[in-house]
Amino acid sequence: MDVSGLLSYAVSLAIMGGIYAVFTLGLNVQWGYTGLFNIGIAGFFAVGAYTSALMTTPMPEGVYATYVQQLVGLDLPFPLGLVGAMVVSGILGLIIGIPTLRLRDDYLAIATIGIAESIRLIFNNESWLANGPRGLTGLPQPLRSWVEPQHYNYLYLIVVLVSVAVVYWAIERGVRSPWGRVLRAVREDEVAAAMHGKNVFAFKLQALVLGAAIMGLGGALYAHYVRAISPDAFTPLFGTFLIWVMLMLGGSGNNKGAILGAFLVWGIWTGSTFVTDQTLPPAWAARAPYVRFLLIGLILEAIILLRPRGLLGEERRVSTLLEE
Amino acid sequence: MTELIAYGVVLGSIIALGAIGLTLLYGVLRFAHFAHGDLMTLGAYVVLLLNADLLPALGIPELKLGPLSFGGRMLGALVVSMAVTALVALLIDRILYHPLRARRSSPVILAMASLGMAFILRSLIYIIWGPQFLFYSQELRPAWELPLAVRLKPDQLLILVMVLCLVLLLYWFLQRTKLGKAMRATADNPQLAWVCGIDTGRVTAWTWVLGAALAAAAGVLYGIDAQLRPDMGWSFLLPLFAAVILGGIGSPLGALVGGIILGVVQQVSTAFLLPTYKPAVAFLVLILLLFVRPRGLFGGT
Repeated sequence: MDVSGLLSYAVSLAIMGGIYAVFTLGLNVQWGYTGLFNIGIAGFFAVGAYTSALMTTPMPEGVYATYVQQLVGLDLPFPLGLVGAMVVSGILGLIIGIPTLRLRDDYLAIATIGIAESIRLIFNNESWLANGPRGLTGLPQPLRSWVEPQHYNYLYLIVVLVSVAVVYWAIERGVRSPWGRVLRAVREDEVAAAMHGKNVFAFKLQALVLGAAIMGLGGALYAHYVRAISPDAFTPLFGTFLIWVMLMLGGSGNNKGAILGAFLVWGIWTGSTFVTDQTLPPAWAARAPYVRFLLIGLILEAIILLRPRGLLGEERRVSTLLEE
Repeated sequence: MTELIAYGVVLGSIIALGAIGLTLLYGVLRFAHFAHGDLMTLGAYVVLLLNADLLPALGIPELKLGPLSFGGRMLGALVVSMAVTALVALLIDRILYHPLRARRSSPVILAMASLGMAFILRSLIYIIWGPQFLFYSQELRPAWELPLAVRLKPDQLLILVMVLCLVLLLYWFLQRTKLGKAMRATADNPQLAWVCGIDTGRVTAWTWVLGAALAAAAGVLYGIDAQLRPDMGWSFLLPLFAAVILGGIGSPLGALVGGIILGVVQQVSTAFLLPTYKPAVAFLVLILLLFVRPRGLFGGT
């Protein structure tokens, strides 16, 4: 591979790492700060991706319309797609949160698995909604006319990194405010937080919805990067499990850790492609991805057993008013 | 419709076997065991390994029993698979969950560890057996015409009989034996059970044995009725949890009833919806339940 090939590979790696960093930051709001066990990230991922796709693509016309069915095609600009993805994904969080957040912790987990699976089934089977298993293609990319097509990924990398920076900044502001301290109080001891007059349910719901909206943003960024989405992309492994391993490795409750974990695990994931391709016999080619799934699973168990706080761990000082 | 209900009872009895083990584990260990479906898958594939490869290689012939698609060798393989799956569950507990319990990790961490274990087990099954559908037997057996226009295959009737036997055996174990009583006491209130002198470590181990063996049996029975795929356990996860919550966490009888209800609802839904929506139907039942009666139909903890 020559230098420019290597460079473009690095750029695509960084774009996906950045997109996953958005998800990991969203999960950090829910799990890292509030202790909400959402294992249906893939659902918010899919909803964000499809919402933006339906909002930014034009309605298919002519011959094309016989091959592609979609509910709407609003042909709106890219930024509105991002906003729409966040809003719809946030509403989904609200719908899941209301029946489950007053109940035991693990009911949320089961409900989020359920919604993620149901969403995938709906996109797969309801062709009128977003073209069924074939999915949607030709998603627009912002500012495409600015640069040569072969250099476009550099520009998209900037879009992704700016999104990561904005989300990071917003969450950091949030968790260092009194609001953020209540979230951690809820995580550590719900009863104590309630005794101090905090509406535990309301704070949990806010964290769930905020995290869901951020995940919706991640879904939209992903959709406009790959430009073609189908329900297969939103499996529990890619859409949920990988993001959990990223946050746990980087360090729950630490936004820098969340970003670090996203880039590291995505690097391990894609890097191990080379290893499995080089070392496994050709007969095993079809099984190589599962060898990597196994590796990711083992990494999670190792973190839980050996270093539960992750690489960076939670920062102790969280208020600008409390100097050491 | 009666036929759909009959199929639903068959599917429901399989769900029930998984859900009974899951609810006991939930009650005794206090965490949501997300790898339960994958223990079902493991049990099903171990039988495939024994029945299709190992036992024929040892020269043990399969003598088909009457109208069934399988015979004594398969039933022997089932018993071995239940034991193997139970051993695997004990090993996982020793390596993974026991250290976490020892350091008093929160139940959510144990649930997360079990989610990781679900992916590990499934990856191993993919690596060993590949992603394609596999069958114990491709042979077609005529269905029997039963009263009320119900047509069931002899295999399906045997599934019902086997589930009934296992449930009666379990009922006897939980009600009559000392260990069974200790298990129910622990599921009801672990601290109180411990204070009363119950060896909770031993109860924990036996709960894993029981839960994993029942899960293996459920996986095998599903394999007999349908087919084997590495993600079959994952698609059972929602109905399993829906059945557990429907019956009230920690209640084996509740899980049995919940499982049958879930099976019937899922199967009847295929009259109106695509069959692929079955997991979504289970989820819908669960969400309705959480709105109406989150403690389950039979109370529970």
